[in-house]
Amino acid sequence: MANMNMIQALNSAMDIMLGRDPAVVLMGEDIGYFGGVFRATEGLQRKYGEHRVIDSPIAEGGIVATAIGMSVNGLRPVAEIQFADYIYPGFDQIVSELARIRYRSAGDFFAPVTIRTPCGGGIRGGQTHSQSPEALFTHISGIKVVMPSNPYDAKGLLITSIEDDDPVVFFEPKRLYNGPFDGDPNKPAVPWSTHPKGQVDEGYYKVPLGKADIVRAGADVSIITYGTMVHVALAAAAAMNVDAEIIDLRSLVPLDVETMVASVRKTGRCIVAHEATRFSGFGGELLSIIQEECFWSLEAPIQRVAGWDTPYPHAFEWEYFPGQARVKAALQAVMETA
Amino acid sequence: MTKKSRLHLPRVPARPGETPDFSYVQLSPAGSVPRPQVNARARDMGALSVELVRVLDDSGDAVGPWNPHLEASDLQVGLRHMLLTRLYDDRMQRMQRAGKISFYIRSLGEEAVGVAQAMALRPSDMLFPAYRQQGAQIVRGISLVDLMSQLLSNTKDMCKGRQLPVMYHSRANNIFSISGNLATQFPQAVGWAMAAAIKGEDNLAATWIGEGSSAEADFHYALLFASVYQAPVILNVVNNQWAISTFQGYAGGEQRAFAARGPGYGMPGIRVDGNDFLAVYAVTQWAAERARTGAGPTLIELVTYRGAAHSTSDDPARYRAKDDAEHWPLGDPIQRLKAHLIKIGEWSEERHQAMSAELEALVASSWKEAIKFGTMTEGPRLNPSTMFEDVFKDMPQNLQRQQALLRKELG
Repeated sequence: MANMNMIQALNSAMDIMLGRDPAVVLMGEDIGYFGGVFRATEGLQRKYGEHRVIDSPIAEGGIVATAIGMSVNGLRPVAEIQFADYIYPGFDQIVSELARIRYRSAGDFFAPVTIRTPCGGGIRGGQTHSQSPEALFTHISGIKVVMPSNPYDAKGLLITSIEDDDPVVFFEPKRLYNGPFDGDPNKPAVPWSTHPKGQVDEGYYKVPLGKADIVRAGADVSIITYGTMVHVALAAAAAMNVDAEIIDLRSLVPLDVETMVASVRKTGRCIVAHEATRFSGFGGELLSIIQEECFWSLEAPIQRVAGWDTPYPHAFEWEYFPGQARVKAALQAVMETA
Repeated sequence: MTKKSRLHLPRVPARPGETPDFSYVQLSPAGSVPRPQVNARARDMGALSVELVRVLDDSGDAVGPWNPHLEASDLQVGLRHMLLTRLYDDRMQRMQRAGKISFYIRSLGEEAVGVAQAMALRPSDMLFPAYRQQGAQIVRGISLVDLMSQLLSNTKDMCKGRQLPVMYHSRANNIFSISGNLATQFPQAVGWAMAAAIKGEDNLAATWIGEGSSAEADFHYALLFASVYQAPVILNVVNNQWAISTFQGYAGGEQRAFAARGPGYGMPGIRVDGNDFLAVYAVTQWAAERARTGAGPTLIELVTYRGAAHSTSDDPARYRAKDDAEHWPLGDPIQRLKAHLIKIGEWSEERHQAMSAELEALVASSWKEAIKFGTMTEGPRLNPSTMFEDVFKDMPQNLQRQQALLRKELG
């Protein structure tokens, strides 16, 4: 085991997969010589060569499309889209092509492409470097969608994603790259070395897709969340002294319905939380499932915590971000209902 | 027997620790490239996309058919705008390092692009800039206080705190809102120009893109639509050799110059010395005349060099030779125009120093004024509840509700 931040854990996952499987190639803007703008691919081109870790033109549609072509010809491409906010020029290739190659060819062709992309706010990125567009991808049939909340999971989930024969969009909450973040920007940054999930196995291991992690067991309320909000929810519940069960979904597609449902049936109260915009957010889907599966166990209306229905404003990053205050308000509302 | 195919990887001339090498940059002697009639057929102007239009020669003289024969007073204004751009950049870079603003992008070494091109156009022409044409903002008369207020996201910010620093706009001065996403403005400018043609107006649109982002599909949409509809638009590719760490060869500049995309789509493409104020002015003026006389669009490749980092978020010492800029064969745009003005007896070191001091004082006093409207940490602050405005023209119910919730959340 070694101390790793999330960048190092992701780097380790790609290093191991490049070493294990000659079909694995990396491609993206600035990822080769430079090692990526967030340094996730640092040193990998030097180690595996320019034919395995490939710098690409600034053309996300081209990156996704050529990754599809490579995958159909036997490679296992891991494409980096520099920011999730830049993924849209590749959207047609993802929605109309990547998601449906297996379906439309009745399984004769498939495209094992992993698309890694940093998402989320908290780094003063403004409206073009802060988005959390996961719901756009969960809505597409044929794409798996992953978002880790810590280095250990990030590595295991990325290895699983690369080995998966279906396409995966792998969102990396960039605010968590260097440490867990509880939603308070005024507190000094905490490194991953202080957190148990910053202890990462240096070798090969997998974390399965579709298996949620019960980060904290509790009896009073279930908080179903993923990404940065896992840490915010933990801190808010602790501050309110609420015995919350906190569930980190880790993968949104496939979704671990069983763990969610068991928890809510047990606690009878539920909050869903994500950083992305509320309206038509993934929280809406979670809410529907809980309502369908747990209606007779619910003791209070389900609460939803999310970013506002606006673009992410540069000056009001922390007023936009669903921080502890918003989680606490939801906890209060869900606990008050008798 | 044929050889096996092998993935070609464009050669990067000099990484850290290597000797800078710009032998790949094809140069033409100043004054050597003919200046065609503006209504010549694109197919007869192919050489413009291969040669390099230059006016200022190495001894500081303006030579050849592209010499725009500007008045000395115009050249002095150009020099002033370029120097102001550089001093503004220097100070804002320092303010970012001091934690006063969150992000900044300098245009070091590329000042002639924004300045000379904006000067060659009319105020009624619409600009669709990228993030490194602050010189054009200055030429259009946007005050430094207004530019700085945008960087500060303060109460005077034209974007009301919504955009990352340097994403300016000015409706009153015909400068479109800059996007943080690359290349999107290129085909939008073509649409603006199509509308001018539909309405029968003689304004044109000019837009800028880096050579790196010319890889995006949007670039190709722009050329196609501009060519099909012969739109009155000037499409500028600023080839500053580097897209963050990615060398221009990876954007497709290794096999053929970016200007040569123009003839491929049926419009002239001109390669111009981007550090030569006079040459940049002249080709822009030529392209503007084409647009205004119904002769159609022009693609201009401005060959220049990104003298600084991409932004305050990267360190070029990690991916290119440290002394790269010093070896750049086309020199510095400010030094070159200054030398020319001195050569023709219209400038002096003393006047230059005096102007430099005056402009530095202007930048300093503008900063003092701008921070009165607030910084990210001190002074007046925009009301956070304004973030819900302008999502739509009329605020829908869900946003009204969220606005109220935020007020409650903030106490």
